Amino acid sequence: MPAVQETIDQVRLIDVDQYKYGFETTIEMEKAPKGLSEDIIRFISAKKNEPEWMLAWRLEAYQRWLTLEEPTWARVDYPKIDFNDLYYYAAPKNQSGPMSIDDVDPEILKTYEKLGIPLREQEILAGVKTSKIAVDAVFDSVSVVTTFKEELKKAGVIFMSISEAIREYPELVKKYLGTVVPTTDNFYATLNSAVFTDGSFVFVPKGVRCPMELSTYFRINEKNTGQFERTLIIAEEGAYVSYLEGCTAPQRDENQLHAAVVELVALDDAEIKYSTVQNWYPGDKEGKGGIYNFVTKRGDCRGKNSKISWTQVETGSAITWKYPSCILRGDGSRGEFYSIAVSNGHQQIDSGTKMIHLGKNTSSRIISKGIAAGVSQNTYRGQVSTHRKAENARNFTQCDSLLIGDRCGAHTVPYIEARNASAQFEHEATTSKISEDQLFYCLQRGIPEEAAIALIVNGFVKEVIQELPMEFAVEAQKLISISLEGSVG
Amino acid sequence: MLEIRNLHARIAEDGTEIIRGLNLTVNDGEVAAIMGPNGSGKSTLSYILAGREEYEVTEGDILYNGESILELDPAERATKGIFLAFQYPVEIPGVATMQFLKVAMNEQRKARGEDELSTPDFMRRVKEAAAGLQISPEMLRRPLNVGFSGGEKKRAEILQMALLEPKLCVLDETDSGLDIDALKIVADGVNALRSPDRSVVVITHYQRLLDYIVPDTVHVLYKGQVIKSGDKTLAHELEANGYADIIEAAA
Ligand SMILES: Nc1ncnc2c1ncn2[C@@H]1O[C@H](COP(=O)(O)OP(=O)(O)OP(=O)(O)O)[C@@H](O)[C@H]1O
Ligand SMILES: [Mg+2]
Repeated sequence: MPAVQETIDQVRLIDVDQYKYGFETTIEMEKAPKGLSEDIIRFISAKKNEPEWMLAWRLEAYQRWLTLEEPTWARVDYPKIDFNDLYYYAAPKNQSGPMSIDDVDPEILKTYEKLGIPLREQEILAGVKTSKIAVDAVFDSVSVVTTFKEELKKAGVIFMSISEAIREYPELVKKYLGTVVPTTDNFYATLNSAVFTDGSFVFVPKGVRCPMELSTYFRINEKNTGQFERTLIIAEEGAYVSYLEGCTAPQRDENQLHAAVVELVALDDAEIKYSTVQNWYPGDKEGKGGIYNFVTKRGDCRGKNSKISWTQVETGSAITWKYPSCILRGDGSRGEFYSIAVSNGHQQIDSGTKMIHLGKNTSSRIISKGIAAGVSQNTYRGQVSTHRKAENARNFTQCDSLLIGDRCGAHTVPYIEARNASAQFEHEATTSKISEDQLFYCLQRGIPEEAAIALIVNGFVKEVIQELPMEFAVEAQKLISISLEGSVG
Repeated sequence: MLEIRNLHARIAEDGTEIIRGLNLTVNDGEVAAIMGPNGSGKSTLSYILAGREEYEVTEGDILYNGESILELDPAERATKGIFLAFQYPVEIPGVATMQFLKVAMNEQRKARGEDELSTPDFMRRVKEAAAGLQISPEMLRRPLNVGFSGGEKKRAEILQMALLEPKLCVLDETDSGLDIDALKIVADGVNALRSPDRSVVVITHYQRLLDYIVPDTVHVLYKGQVIKSGDKTLAHELEANGYADIIEAAA
């Protein structure tokens, strides 16, 4: 069918031309020697000035990791990773931690400027109102700047790089680190526990509503370097925080590894809203290069009536392996997962969530929108389970897939386990395709093909976009259109 | 307005010829009715006019206001004022009717180098046109054609036509699936758009529609050709006697 063939061809062209963040920053870097060993872990720990217990924790994880096998159950296909052929630490020379913006290498500042990330403490315009967004900027293995730290501190909120937090608030970190994602959790999480370099730490004390959006911006710049992000967010009783992460990387022919662990803890009546706009370099049109994104994200609704909601817009990475989950431990707690996963070219996505109902009267909601184009594969994998004692658990799951062209694939793999008879689980799934008829209809009304695809796709993802903080919704929508753009001009 | 000369067209995929030497002229301001048995090529002709790539023109030409449009893509033709009310309007899930209308109107304006409509101006136009076709605001908020009844779909087509203000309107069986009242509403909608610089091609099987939208000319399409043309009395003749005599005479 000619019209559709053309669309497929156009969409297939999506690659580096559309990736707006593929530039590289040239600055002098300090790296650990290549490869992974106890010595490398000691090197990282020493660079971060860590206390002894942290090093011990890492080394234990490393020993454990040596006994683990890489998982193969996901519907993704990639050549074996040689974990000894990577750099595990790379930081701009003279910068092993965040510093005052005036001291940061101007090249780094320029990088963030190009990426549109505000590193100065300014109000930004979002729609009609202005707002403040605190940023922690992580460049390869190190946090370079964290903004609004002082202002947040006045409100009682701790927002800093995890490396700093380990030094400055060791007791808090010790109390929570690894309690949601144990070091033994899975291959990548265990690796991360051994070698993590930077990420953010957020602590919102009892009764505090965090006065601004918090965000972390991850940038991988150095070649052959893995990024091992570690983020820990704690909301005490009645606290509220909304947090957003963004990520980009230069375009390179080699694949690069990003293996993150994110842990969230919500105590009684607390709420954490965690949003991701993931735009790692996806690889070129032949499927060469791109980030391998193997991520373990989990939230623990530890307190009663607590709430954790994950919203993700995944457009980048060559491979995405990611299942932000909620453990609904507290009675009356609620977990939410809203996802838009766009795959194009040769991208492979295996993503979804786990909602684990342990407490009484817990509820969860899953809205997943997968869009596949090109020759990509897009899998939703989700688990909803209830413990024996979890009375009245409720879940609503809706998984919709949209196919553009007929060389891509969308798959839905739900696992449902109800060990308590009072559970009420609802699952809806649809797969649709932007058909030649739909495109012709739009064209006949004078709507060009790309605008038509954008129109239909925007309609498809609307429900999830609404969940993003307003400051980022427009950005995310644009990003989705760009990811699906075929022929500009 | 429209001049189709010795048009031959086939299905691009398998080469089956559907339109086989078709001639048709529609003057400015004229309402031309096209009738013909099922499968004679009426919808195919309308798709070819609109530029659907599924069909390949192998011979002949289509002149629109004196210029060949064969090289234009469907969106360009739409922008130049060719509108097709589909026999089977397509569902556009997730896109509110209102939003679709706005995008269509503005894309056409953009392509013609005109300014986008202001929201109040757009709202006013939609409200007016929708009221005339008895389309409720509630329907305008629903995704276009999704779950619309047969009659609602046809009215939504005419609404789009009214708002896009095309010069050549092709209505493919806009009467099918309409109850008597809806037929009247739709016909009034079309008649309201009749003007000396706008032509209408009405594809239909029934005289009933032509009682309301009275055609200037009537053409019988059979096996991809116009085998007979006449004035409105030809439609009455067909209603009374069917196609057999005409087909025989043309053979
Ligand atoms: N894409 C296609 N693939 C296969 N056959 C086609 C295609 N398009 C049209 N045809 C065939 O061409 C012929 C003409 O079809 P068309 O839809 O134009 O008829 P019509 O005159 O509109 O009929 P009706 O009165 O039933 O609406 C039919 O035999 C139809 O099956
Ligand atoms: Mg037809």
